[in-house]
Amino acid sequence: MDAVIKKQLKIKACTARIGIVESVYNAKSGHPGGSLSCVDILTYLYFCHMNVDPQNPKWEDRDRFVLSKGHAAPALYAVLALKGFFPAEKLVTLRKSDSMLQGHPSIKYTPGVDMSTGSLGQGISAACGMALGAKLGGKNYRVYTILGDGEIQEGQVWEAAMYASAKGLDNLVAVVDYNGLQIDGTCAEVNSPYPIAEKFKAFGWNVIEICAHSFDEIDAAFRAAAEFKGKPSVIIAESVKGKGVSYMENQVGWHGKAPNAEEYAQARQELDAQLAALKA
Amino acid sequence: MADVIKTATRDAYGKALVELGATNDKVVVLDADLAAATKTGMFKKAYPDRFFDSGIAESNMMGVAAGLATAGYTVFASTFAMFAAGRAYEQVRNSIGYPHLNVKIGATHAGISVGEDGASHQCCEDIALMRVIPGMVVINPADDIEARAAVLAAAAYDGPVYMRFGRLAVPRVFDESYQFEIGKAVVLRPGTDVTICATGLMVKEALEAQEMLAAEGISAEIVNVATIKPLDNETILASAAKTGAVVTAEEHSIIGGLGSAVAEAVCEGGKPVPVVRLGVNDTFGKSGPAVELLHIFGLDAQTIVAKAKQAIALK
Repeated sequence: MDAVIKKQLKIKACTARIGIVESVYNAKSGHPGGSLSCVDILTYLYFCHMNVDPQNPKWEDRDRFVLSKGHAAPALYAVLALKGFFPAEKLVTLRKSDSMLQGHPSIKYTPGVDMSTGSLGQGISAACGMALGAKLGGKNYRVYTILGDGEIQEGQVWEAAMYASAKGLDNLVAVVDYNGLQIDGTCAEVNSPYPIAEKFKAFGWNVIEICAHSFDEIDAAFRAAAEFKGKPSVIIAESVKGKGVSYMENQVGWHGKAPNAEEYAQARQELDAQLAALKA
Repeated sequence: MADVIKTATRDAYGKALVELGATNDKVVVLDADLAAATKTGMFKKAYPDRFFDSGIAESNMMGVAAGLATAGYTVFASTFAMFAAGRAYEQVRNSIGYPHLNVKIGATHAGISVGEDGASHQCCEDIALMRVIPGMVVINPADDIEARAAVLAAAAYDGPVYMRFGRLAVPRVFDESYQFEIGKAVVLRPGTDVTICATGLMVKEALEAQEMLAAEGISAEIVNVATIKPLDNETILASAAKTGAVVTAEEHSIIGGLGSAVAEAVCEGGKPVPVVRLGVNDTFGKSGPAVELLHIFGLDAQTIVAKAKQAIALK
């Protein structure tokens, strides 16, 4: 990947991380861990890959994105704000009663959100419907969805996986945010969804495995998925839950908890330093 | 009586889909391996490019329906009521109801009249489940004429609709001139002593009960409540105020369906009158021939007559 573009993406992703931490801190609740683990991919999608227009969020030929792991809403909102779908000042209103930013994504509240999600396992089915709609209408738009690795314990994910492959939805790309943790512990302990790659292969998908925090690998994976015909693609992206905030990294306790004032100050200090280093 | 036309509402549903498909290329039909039974197979035959079988995976089908709807399609998703409203309840609630998407759920094989398949397939809870979802329209047509009209009206309406169809061939109630409107209850027979609000196949039974009651000198007003949500409070309350007693009749649990909806409306309407509910009495169904089962469960004209007398006695 071009070094200049990569640097810009890193700056955007770091800015989005600050948005995540700031919004969850102000909300006093929310899901920072799984937001920080998938934000690099979201940043790449919205700034480098997807064909969207913040001035016309309902544009019918746009690429679609469905956050199947809807609890990572703070990451989606931070990236949508950066992209210009709504002012970044709105991020601190997350989860407040008069906010356009619901605890989980809603198409009724937030421009740029293509599907209401939050109940795990459902987003990928809607993404299948969107991809099918593109095929049916002869449209070239593509559909992207991000699932959690815990989320794939939901049976509906495999109904959708079977369906997408059976219907030849090669305009669909699913990402599994493989951070290894869920609310009650490690995914392996709770109810192991592993091996993930073999499962998707068995369901007839094109499987690509990458590091979720390497823009080079992310870029190569999405380009490869775009060129792959006849089957849907899944990108299994090994990630660090809480990535970018030292005390949140790989800590199961930061799945669904807001930082206190002291923790927030430390997170900001770390992220601000990362941002300054990237800009230097 | 030999010339009475009997058609299952599911047949009318299938035919209406074909009719819609001819004029509206945005109509897409989904099914979950039951196309022959739900009658969406008629659409599949006519418009194979716009028919998608999800296989035995109703939860995913509802999500696919939602995704297609966001892409501008008018989506009809079909399976048995048990699986549409029951198994896929949360998908309907969260992926269709909450975003208020343009998905029409064509649920067939509702109620006891499924017959021999028995309780596992006799969904008597679907109206209750669907009615409680904000913004969901719930329609339970009485015959083939009304079923066709309901499908066309649902297609013209922008938003989620749950349509309840039956397996059993039922006698025609309406003629071709019948005008259906979502949210509008219709007084089929005027009366003064008791109001009978009926829905689905119980409408025909209510009409028979009206004649039986008339023979005993009791004047019953028959109201067809095809749309259970939004409920036509105006028509129902006006009738209740006029007669002073209400009976509800439905092939559904007495909990949460038409009976509950009417009781809520009458209680809150300012002029409460006795309401007696007839339905499946908080029990599971069982196997047997459909018509026999309807009598066993009291879903017939004779029981409506008894309930009408009970309601009048409570005045």
